[in-house]
Amino acid sequence: MTAKTNETMKNGLAAAALLAGGIGAFGVGLMTVLSEASAAIKTAITFYAPAGPLSGKTTIGVLIWLVTWAVLGYLWKDKDVSFGKVVVAAFVFLALGFLFTFPPFFLLFEA
Amino acid sequence: MYLTENSSMLDNPLEGYSPYPCPIKEKNMEITFREWFGTIHGFVFGGAFLLAFSGGLFALYSLQPAWLTADGLKTRIAQLKVWVWGMAAIAWGAVLTGTYIVYPWYRAKPPEGATDLSGFARSLLLASESTAKWHELGMEWKEHVGWLAPIAATVVAYVISVYGAKLANEPKIRKALTWFFLAAFSAATIAGGFGAFITKAAPVR
Repeated sequence: MTAKTNETMKNGLAAAALLAGGIGAFGVGLMTVLSEASAAIKTAITFYAPAGPLSGKTTIGVLIWLVTWAVLGYLWKDKDVSFGKVVVAAFVFLALGFLFTFPPFFLLFEA
Repeated sequence: MYLTENSSMLDNPLEGYSPYPCPIKEKNMEITFREWFGTIHGFVFGGAFLLAFSGGLFALYSLQPAWLTADGLKTRIAQLKVWVWGMAAIAWGAVLTGTYIVYPWYRAKPPEGATDLSGFARSLLLASESTAKWHELGMEWKEHVGWLAPIAATVVAYVISVYGAKLANEPKIRKALTWFFLAAFSAATIAGGFGAFITKAAPVR
């Protein structure tokens, strides 16, 4: 006997988690680029001096992720959303996260 | 080969053999406090994450109704939840120990006029054109991209926990999770790979 196949669930929570994850990755990347582009930002986000601005880039990136996740999760928890579109958006953000953390790219913005 | 006067190749071919042309004192293996943390960060956390990946990926891929009985699915999901949350925790351990413990030692600035840079990995790498790229590309990439791994792994763990056995009937969600899992693995591989090479070129001591 194989597993039952008729149990499904609204896809909103999965969509929210995936999109927020992509946006969180993008957030880390965006902070990396902004930190290169502005000495003031680099200084402002140095939350822990021994680790330098990396402490701020990652802390803010993680906060962006968690806040986005909480908001989307709240909005979509009982809904079916257009999963395909949300996933494409999530992977675009995720890919941008990879790109923006790639030194040859973010150093283009070096102040 | 350097043989002592009374050694015999027939009794023990290596007895009395020394690869060095002059006598050396016995040396102990040493690992510093910083190297311990480097090991915990890179080998224990980073290594465990990479090692666990294939098992998690296979378990996720195999959540297909046609392949599992109802009991089998329940058991597989329970195992998978522990596995992926464990992986997420390990990934967080890797980036937190890396960023807040090992990285500050790596980027510490040597005193003015210092000529021995062996305790200052970043400066040591940048001091030579032949090693500077390990910092400029390797470390700069690793320290940032590594953070994408725990984020992606946590997303995967959360969705598996929330949907549980129902995931078997959600091929689109499973597929998206698989790609997210692969993204986490890619980020960890970049970070771990460069970490290993950088440690070889300029260990944090």
